[in-house]
Amino acid sequence: MKLAIRNGRVVDPASKVDGRADVFVDDGRIVAIGTAPHGFSAERTLDATGLIVAPGLVDLCARMREPGADGALKVESHAALAGGITGVVCPPDTDPPLDEPGLVRMLRQRSREAAGARLYPLGALTAGLGGEALAEIETLAEVGCVAFAQTGSLPHDNSVLLQAMRYARTFDLPLWLRPVEDTLAGRGVAAAGAVAARLGLASVPDVAETVALHTVFELQRATGARIHLCRLSSSNGVELVRRAKREGLPVTCDVGIHHVHLIDVDIGYFDSNFRLDPPLRTSRDRDAIRTGLADGTIDAICSDHTPVDEDMKQVPFGEAESGEQAIEFVNESKPNLVLMDINLPGMNGLECTRILKSQHPEVAVFVITSNNAENYRAAAIEAGASEYIPKSQIRKELVRILSRHS
Amino acid sequence: MAEVGRHPQLNRNGELHHLLSIEELPRAILERILTTADSFINLAEREVKSVPLLRGRSVFNLFFENSTRTRTTFEIAARRLSADVFNLDITRSSTAKGESLLDTINNLTAMQADMFVVRHASSGAPYLIARHVAPHVHVINAGDGRHAHPTQGLLDMYTIRHYKRDFTQLTVAIVGDILHSRVARSAIHGLTTLGVPEVRAVGPLTLLPGGLEQLGVRVCTRLEDGIRGADVIIMLRLQNERMKGALLPSAQEYFRNYGLTPEKLQLARTDAIVMHPGPMNRGVEIDSHVADGTQSVILPQVTFGIAVRMAVLALVSSSQRMQ
Amino acid sequence: MIDLDAEAIYRRFAARVRERTAGRDVRLVGVRTGGVWLAERLRDALGIRHPVGVLDISFYRDDFDRQGLSPTVKPSQIDFDVDGKNLLLVDDVLYTGRTVRAAMNELFDYGRPARIDLAVLIDRGGRELPVEASVVGATVEVPREVSVVLSRDETGGLHLTLEQHGG
Repeated sequence: MKLAIRNGRVVDPASKVDGRADVFVDDGRIVAIGTAPHGFSAERTLDATGLIVAPGLVDLCARMREPGADGALKVESHAALAGGITGVVCPPDTDPPLDEPGLVRMLRQRSREAAGARLYPLGALTAGLGGEALAEIETLAEVGCVAFAQTGSLPHDNSVLLQAMRYARTFDLPLWLRPVEDTLAGRGVAAAGAVAARLGLASVPDVAETVALHTVFELQRATGARIHLCRLSSSNGVELVRRAKREGLPVTCDVGIHHVHLIDVDIGYFDSNFRLDPPLRTSRDRDAIRTGLADGTIDAICSDHTPVDEDMKQVPFGEAESGEQAIEFVNESKPNLVLMDINLPGMNGLECTRILKSQHPEVAVFVITSNNAENYRAAAIEAGASEYIPKSQIRKELVRILSRHS
Repeated sequence: MAEVGRHPQLNRNGELHHLLSIEELPRAILERILTTADSFINLAEREVKSVPLLRGRSVFNLFFENSTRTRTTFEIAARRLSADVFNLDITRSSTAKGESLLDTINNLTAMQADMFVVRHASSGAPYLIARHVAPHVHVINAGDGRHAHPTQGLLDMYTIRHYKRDFTQLTVAIVGDILHSRVARSAIHGLTTLGVPEVRAVGPLTLLPGGLEQLGVRVCTRLEDGIRGADVIIMLRLQNERMKGALLPSAQEYFRNYGLTPEKLQLARTDAIVMHPGPMNRGVEIDSHVADGTQSVILPQVTFGIAVRMAVLALVSSSQRMQ
Repeated sequence: MIDLDAEAIYRRFAARVRERTAGRDVRLVGVRTGGVWLAERLRDALGIRHPVGVLDISFYRDDFDRQGLSPTVKPSQIDFDVDGKNLLLVDDVLYTGRTVRAAMNELFDYGRPARIDLAVLIDRGGRELPVEASVVGATVEVPREVSVVLSRDETGGLHLTLEQHGG
């Protein structure tokens, strides 16, 4: 199909283009930027006024909840696409960690099936991410890992890090490291400074990052390994990276998008949404990060997307706003168990139960309602509900149901 | 984005609905608590030591961290206001996760609780509770992690006001483990709010948090510099755990450098008062002669504590029910 | 509107108090604030040696749920033992009777007096509780929306004003 995208702001770093231009596509390939090719007749035209036309974005860090609930990967990879992200690098701290070729193959297969954003897996640098024994990184590279990472902090043992760098250098494999010295970071939850002092929160001092950076750079000088630093957070850290690049060390780095915008003061009255890793630092650090992005010291911004863990430990409850949405949700996330209220806006709960059971017979549906009428009970069972539970009993019934189903 | 504007302890009319911290407590409210406490001091001399102000209200003491002293003073305060008091000892060693903490609160609200007095090991826990209680319920922070101990701060302010009257001419020294002390933080906020021109934090660098200067405090690493010419000295308790870690080598060395002895006390003003939130570690942060000496106001602090807590309970109960 | 000469009413009031308390050992207790001013004057006028007791009834009011705590709470102070004493409770204006009920409840938390007599400068009627004064300076009738307020100037002179409430 011949497609013309008109009037957009074309941003293409590779060809150093940033300006208004039209883009012409034929049969899935870009055939011209600027002027239409001779004889080009668009079958479809998109008006991109006020929009940006760019190559797909690559997110250097997003967790895909894999291996996890069936369908989670699909949701995540489509969510990425919806945001213009066509490639996602996912870190190896899955459960189990990506330290075996079989796991990587499975992940790539599921990613292909999901047909969302393309997945670039990072392999674990050490077995089980334990920071002690090397993983089979050469084999992992063969099956598709783009680089190898240790998450959370540097390995405790510097000799392990040294050997890992030497080994990686052998095969010219890049290492992605979090520049955090974990004995200095301790159990801190907020950056050391006035805010942590005021709120009485355990703090993470700057030196947890800068000492880690010094360690990495020294070992790089000794081994020549290629390193990408994940999630810089401090102004002193940015300056160290700037100097390392000037010196010619083969190092790159990224920051999380939160650290480009937010600072420690945003924690406000203990809003735990702002408890991040690395922690939010001061405005001085944020300014240094912005300067670092502008002058190229920092190479990339990533989302550091980390779906919250706690939810996964319990039965996920989707909050459907209507019956139609409930069905969509079940299609996507395939829960084991659905608690259905009879009174839903739009399609009523019994109808919804009927449809759900016909499409997903393996999902158990429990109808809960404040209405105790006997005819409702019969209708619910007839629609396919496993049980009918009055709201007044929900507490104790829920425990029974959940233990039966886990 | 973070909440900007109204502190969660104030309602829409600017009245005190919860007491979560002295930080951001408007000066007018702080002073009102102190003057209201004046009216409760004399009660102890009456035959009937209570007033009917909170009759019919239920106060629940939720202590997730052990403390018989603080809990007892709150209980006395609530009973002297004729409230019904219920003590729940929910001592958990690790941080209670959000869900179970809130579940506890929900259950108690169903039992018609009007007020929760909460002590918790996690900084910020009372804020979480305050966000989730029904609109008519009040939350009093009896100490959260390292963050705040507002009623202690208020009684410290009351004590200083009782002996010194004018805050705007004072030099106050806080000595000890300020890094881990919620008492210190609350005292600092109270002192700066009331206009104390010189607040000094005294201790070894391992026990002083960063960011103190931004709170308006002068840092001194030598006790002598810290208490020279001071009108008020607040001694903080040094906990045993600190002495085993990498922060301090031993109690003896700490006492040599930072313990308040009669000789060192002479560096302060002759009419200086010595305060301590208790319980004291005699021979570690304070010498017995000082603790029992004429300049010590440590015992009166306890009496003031009941009156101040009564004032807090009375004042939050007074806020209009429409939130 | 009625014209109220506070000082004149006071003179009548003091005379009646003197009559009423003649030959008895009576302690004066004033209800803050107006009652305290009156009690202090009476003390001098009657030559009573004992200090005047001061009652702040803020913690005994029955409208705490609706109105909250008064912004100007001050400590009550009764420096004598109430047990077995004859008390003269003094207040400026007697209206619904709720203030007197609160004052008596508070007095009983100090001890058990032998007797309490009530002396008020102005009785404006409108009782909502069974309370009666044994000594009254003047009886006046004012509509509900109007308050009767006693004030004291720098020289100690007493004034009575009638204030209209807002809507």
